[in-house]
Amino acid sequence: MAGSNTLNITPPRWLLAELSYKCPLQCPYCSNPLDYAKYPQELTTDEWKRVLAEARKMGAVQLGFSGGEPLTRPDLIELVAYARELGYYSNLITSGYGLSEQKIIELKQAGLDHIQVSIQASSQALSDHLAGTESYAHKQQVAQWVKKHGYPMVLCVVIHRQNIHQMADILAMADSLGADYLELANTQYYGWAHINRDALLPTREQFAEAEQIAQAFKEKVAGRMKIYYVVPDYYEDRPKACMNGWGTTFLTIAPDGTALPCHSARELPGLDCPNVKDFSVQQIWHESKAFNFFRGTEWMQEPCRSCDEKHKDFGGCRCQAFLFNGDAASTDPVCSKSAERGKIDAVIASARDAALAAEEKPLVFRNSRNSKLF
Amino acid sequence: MINSEQKLKFSPLHRLQWEEAQQKYVILYPEGMVELNQSSAEILKLCDGNHTLPELVAELEAKFATSGLTTDISNFLTVALQNGWIQYA
Repeated sequence: MAGSNTLNITPPRWLLAELSYKCPLQCPYCSNPLDYAKYPQELTTDEWKRVLAEARKMGAVQLGFSGGEPLTRPDLIELVAYARELGYYSNLITSGYGLSEQKIIELKQAGLDHIQVSIQASSQALSDHLAGTESYAHKQQVAQWVKKHGYPMVLCVVIHRQNIHQMADILAMADSLGADYLELANTQYYGWAHINRDALLPTREQFAEAEQIAQAFKEKVAGRMKIYYVVPDYYEDRPKACMNGWGTTFLTIAPDGTALPCHSARELPGLDCPNVKDFSVQQIWHESKAFNFFRGTEWMQEPCRSCDEKHKDFGGCRCQAFLFNGDAASTDPVCSKSAERGKIDAVIASARDAALAAEEKPLVFRNSRNSKLF
Repeated sequence: MINSEQKLKFSPLHRLQWEEAQQKYVILYPEGMVELNQSSAEILKLCDGNHTLPELVAELEAKFATSGLTTDISNFLTVALQNGWIQYA
Protein backbone atom coordinates (compact mmCIF):
# COMPACT_ATOMS: atom_id res chain seq x y z
CA MET A 1 0.00 0.00 0.00
CA ALA A 2 1.26 3.45 -0.88
CA GLY A 3 1.33 6.00 1.91
CA SER A 4 -1.72 8.15 2.41
CA ASN A 5 -1.52 11.66 1.05
CA THR A 6 -2.65 14.99 2.37
CA LEU A 7 -5.71 15.38 0.13
CA ASN A 8 -9.06 15.82 1.69
CA ILE A 9 -10.48 12.39 0.87
CA THR A 10 -14.27 12.24 0.64
CA PRO A 11 -15.98 8.98 1.59
CA PRO A 12 -17.51 6.67 -1.00
CA ARG A 13 -21.22 7.23 -1.64
CA TRP A 14 -21.83 4.62 -4.32
CA LEU A 15 -20.86 1.00 -4.12
CA LEU A 16 -21.17 -1.10 -7.25
CA ALA A 17 -21.12 -4.75 -6.26
CA GLU A 18 -20.42 -6.80 -9.35
CA LEU A 19 -21.51 -10.11 -7.89
CA SER A 20 -20.61 -12.32 -10.84
CA TYR A 21 -19.30 -12.13 -14.40
CA LYS A 22 -21.68 -14.95 -15.33
CA CYS A 23 -24.40 -13.72 -17.67
CA PRO A 24 -26.95 -15.45 -19.87
CA LEU A 25 -26.83 -12.50 -22.28
CA GLN A 26 -24.07 -11.71 -24.75
CA CYS A 27 -24.47 -7.98 -25.42
CA PRO A 28 -21.68 -6.79 -27.71
CA TYR A 29 -21.32 -3.51 -25.75
CA CYS A 30 -20.90 -5.08 -22.31
CA SER A 31 -18.78 -3.00 -19.95
CA ASN A 32 -17.16 -6.05 -18.35
CA PRO A 33 -13.49 -6.57 -19.22
CA LEU A 34 -12.79 -8.44 -22.47
CA ASP A 35 -10.77 -11.02 -20.56
CA TYR A 36 -13.33 -11.55 -17.79
CA ALA A 37 -13.04 -15.32 -18.29
CA LYS A 38 -9.65 -15.07 -16.54
CA TYR A 39 -11.41 -14.11 -13.31
CA PRO A 40 -13.92 -16.85 -12.53
CA GLN A 41 -13.47 -16.59 -8.73
CA GLU A 42 -16.29 -15.00 -6.77
CA LEU A 43 -16.36 -13.64 -3.25
CA THR A 44 -18.25 -15.71 -0.69
CA THR A 45 -21.44 -14.49 0.95
CA ASP A 46 -19.54 -13.58 4.13
CA GLU A 47 -16.91 -11.66 2.19
CA TRP A 48 -19.60 -9.64 0.42
CA LYS A 49 -21.28 -8.94 3.74
CA ARG A 50 -18.05 -7.62 5.19
CA VAL A 51 -17.55 -5.35 2.15
CA LEU A 52 -21.11 -4.03 2.43
CA ALA A 53 -20.73 -3.34 6.14
CA GLU A 54 -17.34 -1.63 5.81
CA ALA A 55 -18.40 0.61 2.92
CA ARG A 56 -21.66 1.52 4.65
CA LYS A 57 -19.81 2.50 7.78
CA MET A 58 -17.71 4.92 5.71
CA GLY A 59 -20.86 6.51 4.26
CA ALA A 60 -21.75 4.57 1.11
CA VAL A 61 -25.52 4.68 0.69
CA GLN A 62 -26.35 3.84 -2.91
CA LEU A 63 -25.67 0.20 -3.68
CA GLY A 64 -25.85 -1.42 -7.10
CA PHE A 65 -26.04 -5.19 -7.36
CA SER A 66 -24.66 -5.78 -10.81
CA GLY A 67 -22.50 -8.18 -12.78
CA GLY A 68 -22.66 -9.96 -15.20
CA GLU A 69 -26.06 -11.01 -14.08
CA PRO A 70 -26.52 -10.66 -10.31
CA LEU A 71 -29.42 -13.14 -10.37
CA THR A 72 -26.90 -15.91 -10.96
CA ARG A 73 -25.88 -15.59 -7.29
CA PRO A 74 -27.92 -17.98 -5.13
CA ASP A 75 -27.33 -15.73 -2.10
CA LEU A 76 -28.78 -12.59 -3.73
CA ILE A 77 -31.79 -12.37 -1.42
CA GLU A 78 -29.58 -12.81 1.65
CA LEU A 79 -27.30 -10.00 0.45
CA VAL A 80 -30.27 -7.74 -0.33
CA ALA A 81 -31.68 -8.33 3.16
CA TYR A 82 -28.32 -7.55 4.74
CA ALA A 83 -27.97 -4.38 2.65
CA ARG A 84 -31.40 -3.23 3.83
CA GLU A 85 -30.47 -3.90 7.43
CA LEU A 86 -27.39 -1.71 6.96
CA GLY A 87 -29.51 1.12 5.50
CA TYR A 88 -28.42 0.99 1.87
CA TYR A 89 -30.68 2.05 -0.95
CA SER A 90 -30.23 -1.00 -3.13
CA ASN A 91 -30.57 -1.19 -6.88
CA LEU A 92 -30.72 -4.46 -8.80
CA ILE A 93 -29.23 -3.99 -12.24
CA THR A 94 -30.43 -6.96 -14.20
CA SER A 95 -31.17 -8.39 -17.63
CA GLY A 96 -34.33 -9.82 -16.08
CA TYR A 97 -33.42 -13.16 -17.60
CA GLY A 98 -34.96 -15.99 -15.58
CA LEU A 99 -36.50 -13.54 -13.08
CA SER A 100 -39.85 -14.88 -11.82
CA GLU A 101 -42.69 -12.96 -10.22
CA GLN A 102 -42.12 -14.95 -7.01
CA LYS A 103 -38.47 -13.83 -6.88
CA ILE A 104 -39.54 -10.21 -7.45
CA ILE A 105 -41.86 -10.50 -4.44
CA GLU A 106 -39.17 -12.14 -2.28
CA LEU A 107 -36.63 -9.46 -3.22
CA LYS A 108 -39.14 -6.77 -2.26
CA GLN A 109 -39.75 -8.45 1.10
CA ALA A 110 -36.00 -8.66 1.63
CA GLY A 111 -35.83 -4.88 1.18
CA LEU A 112 -34.75 -4.30 -2.40
CA ASP A 113 -35.53 -0.70 -3.39
CA HIS A 114 -35.49 -0.82 -7.15
CA ILE A 115 -35.02 -3.02 -10.16
CA GLN A 116 -33.48 -1.71 -13.33
CA VAL A 117 -34.40 -3.83 -16.31
CA SER A 118 -32.41 -3.54 -19.49
CA ILE A 119 -34.04 -3.97 -22.86
CA GLN A 120 -31.83 -4.05 -25.92
CA ALA A 121 -34.24 -2.65 -28.53
CA SER A 122 -37.91 -1.94 -29.16
CA SER A 123 -38.47 -4.93 -31.42
CA GLN A 124 -38.19 -8.58 -30.44
CA ALA A 125 -36.01 -9.61 -33.36
CA LEU A 126 -33.38 -6.93 -32.78
CA SER A 127 -33.47 -7.17 -28.99
CA ASP A 128 -32.95 -10.93 -29.07
CA HIS A 129 -30.22 -10.58 -31.70
CA LEU A 130 -28.28 -8.02 -29.61
CA ALA A 131 -28.72 -9.98 -26.39
CA GLY A 132 -27.56 -13.11 -28.18
CA THR A 133 -30.38 -14.86 -26.32
CA GLU A 134 -34.13 -15.05 -26.69
CA SER A 135 -35.18 -12.72 -23.91
CA TYR A 136 -37.30 -9.83 -25.18
CA ALA A 137 -40.76 -11.17 -24.36
CA HIS A 138 -39.78 -12.15 -20.81
CA LYS A 139 -38.17 -8.76 -20.19
CA GLN A 140 -41.45 -7.06 -21.05
CA GLN A 141 -43.19 -9.33 -18.56
CA VAL A 142 -40.56 -8.60 -15.89
CA ALA A 143 -41.00 -4.86 -16.42
CA GLN A 144 -44.73 -5.25 -15.77
CA TRP A 145 -44.15 -7.31 -12.59
CA VAL A 146 -41.66 -4.75 -11.30
CA LYS A 147 -44.29 -2.06 -11.69
CA LYS A 148 -47.06 -4.25 -10.23
CA HIS A 149 -45.11 -4.92 -7.05
CA GLY A 150 -44.51 -1.28 -6.23
CA TYR A 151 -40.90 -0.77 -7.24
CA PRO A 152 -39.89 2.37 -9.07
CA MET A 153 -39.46 1.03 -12.58
CA VAL A 154 -36.30 1.94 -14.35
CA LEU A 155 -35.89 0.87 -17.91
CA CYS A 156 -32.41 0.98 -19.36
CA VAL A 157 -31.74 0.95 -23.07
CA VAL A 158 -28.19 1.18 -24.36
CA ILE A 159 -28.18 3.22 -27.55
CA HIS A 160 -25.89 2.56 -30.52
CA ARG A 161 -26.03 2.39 -34.32
CA GLN A 162 -27.88 -0.93 -34.40
CA ASN A 163 -30.91 0.45 -32.53
CA ILE A 164 -30.71 4.25 -32.69
CA HIS A 165 -33.21 4.29 -35.58
CA GLN A 166 -35.77 2.86 -33.11
CA MET A 167 -35.56 5.82 -30.74
CA ALA A 168 -39.22 6.84 -31.19
CA ASP A 169 -40.39 3.24 -30.68
CA ILE A 170 -38.12 2.77 -27.65
CA LEU A 171 -39.68 5.83 -26.02
CA ALA A 172 -43.18 4.60 -26.82
CA MET A 173 -42.31 1.22 -25.30
CA ALA A 174 -41.06 2.86 -22.09
CA ASP A 175 -44.27 4.87 -21.92
CA SER A 176 -46.54 1.86 -22.43
CA LEU A 177 -44.63 -0.12 -19.78
CA GLY A 178 -45.18 2.75 -17.33
CA ALA A 179 -41.50 3.35 -16.66
CA ASP A 180 -40.84 5.87 -13.88
CA TYR A 181 -37.32 6.39 -15.14
CA LEU A 182 -35.82 5.75 -18.53
CA GLU A 183 -32.09 5.54 -18.88
CA LEU A 184 -31.02 6.21 -22.45
CA ALA A 185 -27.40 5.27 -22.28
CA ASN A 186 -25.44 6.14 -25.34
CA THR A 187 -22.77 3.44 -25.55
CA GLN A 188 -19.49 4.24 -23.87
CA TYR A 189 -16.65 2.70 -25.81
CA TYR A 190 -14.71 0.50 -23.43
CA GLY A 191 -14.37 -3.26 -23.15
CA TRP A 192 -16.63 -5.07 -25.58
CA ALA A 193 -18.10 -1.86 -26.99
CA HIS A 194 -14.58 -0.72 -27.85
CA ILE A 195 -13.82 -3.70 -30.07
CA ASN A 196 -17.25 -3.38 -31.72
CA ARG A 197 -17.03 0.37 -32.11
CA ASP A 198 -17.10 0.53 -35.91
CA ALA A 199 -20.42 -1.32 -35.84
CA LEU A 200 -21.89 0.54 -32.85
CA LEU A 201 -20.97 4.22 -33.09
CA PRO A 202 -23.83 6.21 -34.67
CA THR A 203 -23.07 8.92 -37.18
CA ARG A 204 -23.35 12.52 -36.05
CA GLU A 205 -26.58 12.91 -38.03
CA GLN A 206 -28.14 9.81 -36.46
CA PHE A 207 -27.18 10.98 -33.01
CA ALA A 208 -28.56 14.49 -33.56
CA GLU A 209 -31.87 13.15 -34.87
CA ALA A 210 -32.27 10.70 -31.98
CA GLU A 211 -31.42 13.37 -29.43
CA GLN A 212 -34.07 15.66 -30.86
CA ILE A 213 -36.71 12.90 -30.61
CA ALA A 214 -35.66 12.13 -27.02
CA GLN A 215 -35.74 15.81 -26.08
CA ALA A 216 -39.29 16.28 -27.39
CA PHE A 217 -40.40 13.14 -25.53
CA LYS A 218 -38.78 14.36 -22.33
CA GLU A 219 -40.97 17.47 -22.41
CA LYS A 220 -44.05 15.39 -23.17
CA VAL A 221 -43.61 13.05 -20.19
CA ALA A 222 -42.28 15.64 -17.72
CA GLY A 223 -43.78 14.94 -14.31
CA ARG A 224 -44.42 11.23 -14.85
CA MET A 225 -41.19 9.86 -16.29
CA LYS A 226 -37.64 11.02 -15.61
CA ILE A 227 -35.10 10.54 -18.34
CA TYR A 228 -31.44 9.93 -17.66
CA TYR A 229 -29.57 10.69 -20.84
CA VAL A 230 -26.00 9.46 -21.00
CA VAL A 231 -24.26 11.58 -23.62
CA PRO A 232 -22.13 10.09 -26.37
CA ASP A 233 -18.92 11.85 -25.41
CA TYR A 234 -17.23 11.47 -28.81
CA TYR A 235 -19.66 14.10 -30.11
CA GLU A 236 -18.95 16.53 -27.28
CA ASP A 237 -16.04 18.95 -27.17
CA ARG A 238 -15.43 18.60 -23.45
CA PRO A 239 -14.88 15.28 -21.70
CA LYS A 240 -17.25 13.75 -19.19
CA ALA A 241 -16.51 14.31 -15.50
CA CYS A 242 -15.72 10.67 -15.14
CA MET A 243 -16.73 9.04 -11.84
CA ASN A 244 -17.32 12.52 -10.43
CA GLY A 245 -13.54 12.59 -9.90
CA TRP A 246 -11.30 9.61 -9.24
CA GLY A 247 -11.66 8.12 -5.78
CA THR A 248 -14.19 10.73 -4.64
CA THR A 249 -17.54 8.97 -4.85
CA PHE A 250 -17.56 5.60 -6.59
CA LEU A 251 -16.25 2.23 -5.49
CA THR A 252 -16.61 -0.86 -7.66
CA ILE A 253 -15.92 -4.32 -6.33
CA ALA A 254 -15.40 -6.89 -9.10
CA PRO A 255 -16.67 -10.47 -8.66
CA ASP A 256 -13.26 -11.70 -7.47
CA GLY A 257 -12.97 -8.94 -4.86
CA THR A 258 -10.75 -6.56 -6.81
CA ALA A 259 -11.55 -2.98 -5.80
CA LEU A 260 -11.73 -0.56 -8.72
CA PRO A 261 -12.06 3.24 -8.80
CA CYS A 262 -14.23 2.77 -11.89
CA HIS A 263 -15.64 -0.38 -13.43
CA SER A 264 -13.29 -0.17 -16.42
CA ALA A 265 -10.14 0.53 -14.40
CA ARG A 266 -9.01 -3.06 -14.72
CA GLU A 267 -7.81 -2.06 -18.21
CA LEU A 268 -5.33 0.47 -16.83
CA PRO A 269 -1.72 -0.63 -16.30
CA GLY A 270 0.25 0.03 -13.14
CA LEU A 271 -2.61 0.56 -10.71
CA ASP A 272 -2.14 -2.70 -8.76
CA CYS A 273 -5.79 -2.64 -7.80
CA PRO A 274 -6.16 -4.08 -4.30
CA ASN A 275 -8.44 -6.94 -3.32
CA VAL A 276 -10.94 -6.82 -0.47
CA LYS A 277 -9.68 -10.24 0.61
CA ASP A 278 -6.39 -8.58 1.62
CA PHE A 279 -7.46 -5.17 2.92
CA SER A 280 -10.43 -3.44 4.49
CA VAL A 281 -12.51 -1.08 2.35
CA GLN A 282 -11.25 1.75 4.58
CA GLN A 283 -7.61 0.88 3.83
CA ILE A 284 -8.31 0.48 0.14
CA TRP A 285 -10.16 3.80 -0.15
CA HIS A 286 -7.64 5.84 1.82
CA GLU A 287 -4.29 4.18 1.38
CA SER A 288 -4.14 2.12 -1.80
CA LYS A 289 -2.00 3.19 -4.72
CA ALA A 290 -4.92 2.62 -7.12
CA PHE A 291 -7.39 4.92 -5.38
CA ASN A 292 -4.83 7.68 -4.87
CA PHE A 293 -3.39 7.45 -8.38
CA PHE A 294 -5.58 10.10 -10.03
CA ARG A 295 -6.96 11.86 -6.98
CA GLY A 296 -6.79 15.63 -7.02
CA THR A 297 -5.01 17.45 -9.84
CA GLU A 298 -1.28 16.90 -9.19
CA TRP A 299 -1.06 14.03 -11.69
CA MET A 300 -2.38 16.13 -14.56
CA GLN A 301 -0.45 17.05 -17.69
CA GLU A 302 -1.02 19.97 -20.04
CA PRO A 303 -3.48 21.13 -21.27
CA CYS A 304 -5.36 20.01 -18.12
CA ARG A 305 -2.80 21.27 -15.61
CA SER A 306 -3.33 24.95 -16.45
CA CYS A 307 -6.96 24.60 -17.55
CA ASP A 308 -9.60 26.56 -15.68
CA GLU A 309 -12.09 23.71 -16.19
CA LYS A 310 -10.00 21.03 -14.51
CA HIS A 311 -12.17 21.01 -11.39
CA LYS A 312 -15.25 20.57 -13.53
CA ASP A 313 -14.29 17.52 -15.61
CA PHE A 314 -11.16 16.27 -13.80
CA GLY A 315 -9.38 15.84 -17.14
CA GLY A 316 -12.07 13.43 -18.34
CA CYS A 317 -11.83 9.66 -18.43
CA ARG A 318 -8.57 7.92 -17.56
CA CYS A 319 -9.55 4.76 -19.41
CA GLN A 320 -10.28 6.74 -22.57
CA ALA A 321 -6.96 8.58 -22.28
CA PHE A 322 -5.21 5.23 -22.02
CA LEU A 323 -7.13 3.60 -24.88
CA PHE A 324 -6.34 6.45 -27.28
CA ASN A 325 -3.00 7.79 -26.08
CA GLY A 326 -1.45 4.84 -24.29
CA ASP A 327 -1.03 7.16 -21.30
CA ALA A 328 -3.74 7.15 -18.63
CA ALA A 329 -2.52 10.49 -17.21
CA SER A 330 -2.96 12.36 -20.47
CA THR A 331 -5.94 14.57 -21.30
CA ASP A 332 -9.06 12.73 -22.44
CA PRO A 333 -8.82 13.08 -26.25
CA VAL A 334 -12.50 14.03 -26.44
CA CYS A 335 -11.48 17.49 -25.24
CA SER A 336 -11.04 19.96 -28.08
CA LYS A 337 -8.04 21.36 -26.16
CA SER A 338 -6.28 17.99 -26.47
CA ALA A 339 -3.65 17.72 -29.21
CA GLU A 340 -5.02 14.21 -29.78
CA ARG A 341 -8.62 15.20 -30.55
CA GLY A 342 -7.99 14.20 -34.18
CA LYS A 343 -7.94 10.55 -33.05
CA ILE A 344 -11.58 10.80 -31.94
CA ASP A 345 -12.54 12.46 -35.21
CA ALA A 346 -10.77 9.66 -37.10
CA VAL A 347 -12.80 7.07 -35.18
CA ILE A 348 -16.02 8.93 -35.98
CA ALA A 349 -15.04 8.95 -39.67
CA SER A 350 -14.13 5.26 -39.59
CA ALA A 351 -17.49 4.30 -38.05
CA ARG A 352 -19.24 6.44 -40.61
CA ASP A 353 -17.44 4.65 -43.43
CA ALA A 354 -18.43 1.33 -41.87
CA ALA A 355 -22.04 2.49 -41.64
CA LEU A 356 -22.09 3.40 -45.31
CA ALA A 357 -20.26 0.25 -46.44
CA ALA A 358 -22.32 -2.40 -48.21
CA GLU A 359 -21.47 -5.06 -45.64
CA GLU A 360 -21.04 -4.44 -41.93
CA LYS A 361 -18.41 -6.21 -39.88
CA PRO A 362 -20.02 -8.86 -37.66
CA LEU A 363 -20.42 -8.03 -33.97
CA VAL A 364 -18.20 -9.79 -31.45
CA PHE A 365 -20.57 -11.05 -28.79
CA ARG A 366 -19.70 -11.08 -25.10
CA ASN A 367 -19.38 -14.69 -24.04
CA SER A 368 -16.82 -16.95 -22.43
CA ARG A 369 -15.65 -18.40 -25.72
CA ASN A 370 -14.81 -14.96 -27.11
CA SER A 371 -13.45 -13.76 -23.76
CA LYS A 372 -10.81 -16.50 -23.83
CA LEU A 373 -9.41 -14.95 -27.01
CA PHE A 374 -8.20 -11.92 -25.03
CA MET B 1 -49.16 25.98 -5.68
CA ILE B 2 -50.07 23.53 -2.97
CA ASN B 3 -53.71 22.63 -2.44
CA SER B 4 -54.37 23.52 1.22
CA GLU B 5 -57.30 21.15 1.51
CA GLN B 6 -55.44 17.95 0.73
CA LYS B 7 -53.16 15.99 3.02
CA LEU B 8 -49.63 15.34 1.84
CA LYS B 9 -47.62 12.13 1.95
CA PHE B 10 -44.08 11.15 1.10
CA SER B 11 -43.67 9.30 -2.21
CA PRO B 12 -43.58 5.50 -1.94
CA LEU B 13 -41.02 5.53 -4.75
CA HIS B 14 -38.51 7.53 -2.68
CA ARG B 15 -36.96 7.01 0.73
CA LEU B 16 -36.28 9.70 3.35
CA GLN B 17 -33.44 8.63 5.60
CA TRP B 18 -31.06 9.98 8.22
CA GLU B 19 -27.43 9.48 7.17
CA GLU B 20 -25.14 9.12 10.14
CA ALA B 21 -21.96 9.54 8.08
CA GLN B 22 -23.22 12.80 6.59
CA GLN B 23 -25.10 14.00 9.66
CA LYS B 24 -28.07 14.93 7.52
CA TYR B 25 -31.31 13.64 6.02
CA VAL B 26 -31.24 12.52 2.42
CA ILE B 27 -33.83 11.51 -0.17
CA LEU B 28 -32.91 8.32 -1.94
CA TYR B 29 -34.29 7.17 -5.30
CA PRO B 30 -33.05 5.04 -8.18
CA GLU B 31 -29.40 5.92 -8.67
CA GLY B 32 -29.73 9.26 -6.99
CA MET B 33 -29.63 11.14 -3.73
CA VAL B 34 -30.63 14.62 -2.57
CA GLU B 35 -29.06 16.00 0.59
CA LEU B 36 -31.44 17.99 2.74
CA ASN B 37 -30.90 20.84 5.14
CA GLN B 38 -32.57 20.62 8.53
CA SER B 39 -35.65 22.69 7.72
CA SER B 40 -36.40 20.79 4.50
CA ALA B 41 -36.13 17.52 6.40
CA GLU B 42 -38.47 18.76 9.14
CA ILE B 43 -41.08 19.68 6.51
CA LEU B 44 -40.81 16.39 4.65
CA LYS B 45 -41.05 14.34 7.84
CA LEU B 46 -44.53 15.82 8.33
CA CYS B 47 -45.62 14.71 4.84
CA ASP B 48 -46.95 11.56 6.44
CA GLY B 49 -50.48 11.44 5.07
CA ASN B 50 -51.88 13.16 8.18
CA HIS B 51 -51.13 16.82 7.47
CA THR B 52 -52.40 19.44 5.04
CA LEU B 53 -50.25 22.49 4.31
CA PRO B 54 -51.89 24.68 7.03
CA GLU B 55 -51.65 21.85 9.58
CA LEU B 56 -48.04 21.28 8.72
CA VAL B 57 -47.24 25.00 9.01
CA ALA B 58 -49.01 25.23 12.38
CA GLU B 59 -47.08 22.28 13.74
CA LEU B 60 -43.70 23.61 12.62
CA GLU B 61 -44.41 27.15 13.83
CA ALA B 62 -45.31 25.70 17.22
CA LYS B 63 -42.26 23.43 17.28
CA PHE B 64 -39.83 26.24 16.48
CA ALA B 65 -41.79 28.94 18.34
CA THR B 66 -42.02 31.19 15.32
CA SER B 67 -44.56 32.45 12.77
CA GLY B 68 -44.82 33.48 9.14
CA LEU B 69 -43.50 30.22 7.70
CA THR B 70 -46.36 29.65 5.24
CA THR B 71 -44.69 31.12 2.16
CA ASP B 72 -41.35 29.36 2.65
CA ILE B 73 -42.95 26.01 3.38
CA SER B 74 -45.39 26.32 0.50
CA ASN B 75 -42.58 27.16 -1.91
CA PHE B 76 -40.50 24.21 -0.77
CA LEU B 77 -43.44 21.80 -1.01
CA THR B 78 -44.18 23.01 -4.53
CA VAL B 79 -40.65 22.04 -5.54
CA ALA B 80 -40.99 18.73 -3.66
CA LEU B 81 -44.22 17.98 -5.51
CA GLN B 82 -42.65 18.81 -8.88
CA ASN B 83 -39.73 16.50 -8.09
CA GLY B 84 -42.05 13.68 -7.13
CA TRP B 85 -40.78 13.52 -3.52
CA ILE B 86 -44.29 14.03 -2.14
CA GLN B 87 -47.84 13.35 -3.30
CA TYR B 88 -51.37 14.23 -2.27
CA ALA B 89 -52.57 11.53 0.10
